[in-house]
Amino acid sequence: MQEKKSLIEKLHDIQDNHPDQHFLPEKEIMALSENDRIAPSKVYGVATFYTMFSTKPRGKHIIRICENQTCHMAEAEQLIEHLQDLLGIGIGETTKDGLFTLELSSCLGMCSVAPSMMIDEQPYGNLTTEKVNKIIHQLQGGGL
Amino acid sequence: MKFYRSHVLVAEDTKSLLIGAKRIEEALIESIQRFGLQDEIRVIPTGSLGYEDQGVAIAVYPEGIVYCPLTLDNIPFLVEEHLLKGRVVSKWLAPFKNQDVSRGTYETQYIKDIQERFVLQNVGIINPENIDEYIAQDGYVALEKALFSLKPEEIIQEVKTSELRGRGGAGFPTGMKWDFTAKSINEMKYVICNADEGEPGTFKDREIMEGDPHKLLEGMMIAGYATGGKIGYIYIRGEYDLSIRRLEKAILDARQYGLLGNNILGTSFSFDIFVHKGAGAYVCGEETALIESIEGKRGEPRKKPPYPPTAGLWMKPTVVNNVETLANIPLIIAKGGNWFKGIGVEGSRGTKLFSLMGDLNWKGVVEIPFGTTIGDIVNNIGQGIKGDKKLKGIILGGSSGFLILPPELNTAVDFQSLARIEAGPGSGSIVAMDETRCIVDILLNIAQFFRHESCGKCTPCRVGNDQIVKILDRISYGEGELEDLTTLEDLAKTMNSTSFCPLGQAAPNILIQALKKFREEILIHIQEKKCPVHVCPIETSTVVSESNLKGMH
Repeated sequence: MQEKKSLIEKLHDIQDNHPDQHFLPEKEIMALSENDRIAPSKVYGVATFYTMFSTKPRGKHIIRICENQTCHMAEAEQLIEHLQDLLGIGIGETTKDGLFTLELSSCLGMCSVAPSMMIDEQPYGNLTTEKVNKIIHQLQGGGL
Repeated sequence: MKFYRSHVLVAEDTKSLLIGAKRIEEALIESIQRFGLQDEIRVIPTGSLGYEDQGVAIAVYPEGIVYCPLTLDNIPFLVEEHLLKGRVVSKWLAPFKNQDVSRGTYETQYIKDIQERFVLQNVGIINPENIDEYIAQDGYVALEKALFSLKPEEIIQEVKTSELRGRGGAGFPTGMKWDFTAKSINEMKYVICNADEGEPGTFKDREIMEGDPHKLLEGMMIAGYATGGKIGYIYIRGEYDLSIRRLEKAILDARQYGLLGNNILGTSFSFDIFVHKGAGAYVCGEETALIESIEGKRGEPRKKPPYPPTAGLWMKPTVVNNVETLANIPLIIAKGGNWFKGIGVEGSRGTKLFSLMGDLNWKGVVEIPFGTTIGDIVNNIGQGIKGDKKLKGIILGGSSGFLILPPELNTAVDFQSLARIEAGPGSGSIVAMDETRCIVDILLNIAQFFRHESCGKCTPCRVGNDQIVKILDRISYGEGELEDLTTLEDLAKTMNSTSFCPLGQAAPNILIQALKKFREEILIHIQEKKCPVHVCPIETSTVVSESNLKGMH
């Protein structure tokens, strides 16, 4: 009974095929556009609408840190600054070793343990600068 | 079936898992085996027990005792003392209002007394990844009743009798929505569950999906049978990884049991459900934007009418309901609309889930009957404001919700009472702010959120949110002028009345109320160039505001 895959699901598939860079390469977008007979502008329109997609290569691990109301009240800004200093990158940038990309996120639904963030599929809550250091350090050492 | 003298339930929701709940479960099993108790005691993962903000929690039954927070080191001793020797380890009991819960009134009982758990009745009780446990709690009884002894129109009548209203925010009567869809003649119809829980400060639906996914599936199946829907989609945010995994597991199990697919339970009813992962866009919580997104397009809202019950997904009749709304359905069908009507108050029947957070002593999700006052929720369940501080105000219903002041705390949380103070339950989030919070800072943060999440389709929302951010930013740097207040009011009114969809219309809600309720505080920022609680960068910084620094962008 399942209907055919939607454009968004296909984009998810393409991006998931690049686990080290989490992005949609131009070549593959064009191939998809040709195959499915959807104008490239339409595919790009969708790809750039949703925050989970990127048309530029990103790092192996995507850090999404929440800056909405409850996390803001729990001083998320300090953590965001700390992460920028720690990784030596700004928001939306990727570390030179290609390990991390730092992104801001809207509410992750983890407000009772604010401030919170997600790294890839893994959520983290009740964050402190020490905790953040530990998490990043572990990921730099390869695996959790 | 095997009989166990004791069951140990480990809370394994997202937040508990990230602080090591799985390792606690493994350690429990290991210790239990070491003492040779594996045939007497069973360890079961379950949904939230309500202690995620404090640590890993376990509940031991039949005693109903909750231990929290637990570390790996505690486990061998705990197993030996409680499970082997039968002695409660009081020092690790879950703290509640600093009461000694080891004597008589056990914690789980207290939590039950203070709430009325119907939607959440199985959360923290059953293993959400085991369909048999849901069935053992009378799961799928409502579906069976619906398929074998009720006609679709009788189900819709039952839902109408219950007076159930949508739990996503708008509060539209569910029975009417179903009726419209049922009456739209078409060979293909859809049921969509809106699980795109993105309103800042809202995490109630997650509790249902992680703790009792089959309840949601059962609600969707009944909706399908009642309205003539053949396919159900759960549109869920991509960030809700655990919810996605548990729902997908539940769907596979239900298919295996013949509860989904062709000829369900041997009847002529065929229905299937698919999970559709979102890709990060708040606006997709709006039902027509959500439908566009399932169709694979940009999540921009459609013009209404036509409404989804007439022309929704692929322009076919579609029911779109929130997770919590659908989770209410099995009980309404099993026990009857009149039973449901007995809970809550006139105009607002049943219970409502609330997510509590901010400057409170207890944070998490609770289920309470409509009619409880905001003050009761905040002071009794949330146990009041942290530290020796006073309550400044509450943001009810998320960033597009309502601002509640302390004198309004005795207002009951139901549609009618809240309407009297120009508010509503919204998404069911309660953010408490203590007296050290600055209203300008809060407003700026909310405006930044909407600026980011505006889909850009219509001008009032796209430009309006940007203008609000710039003005509030200037005010926070002491560069505000008196006429800014009029500009803000004009912008807010324009957005409210001319935006294309509810996102833009509701974006300035809190701002409009703050301009009335906290006008004095905003004026001090402008006229005296001071932030009364020293949060804004006015006094400390020589840096100029974002807009003056970068110019227009």
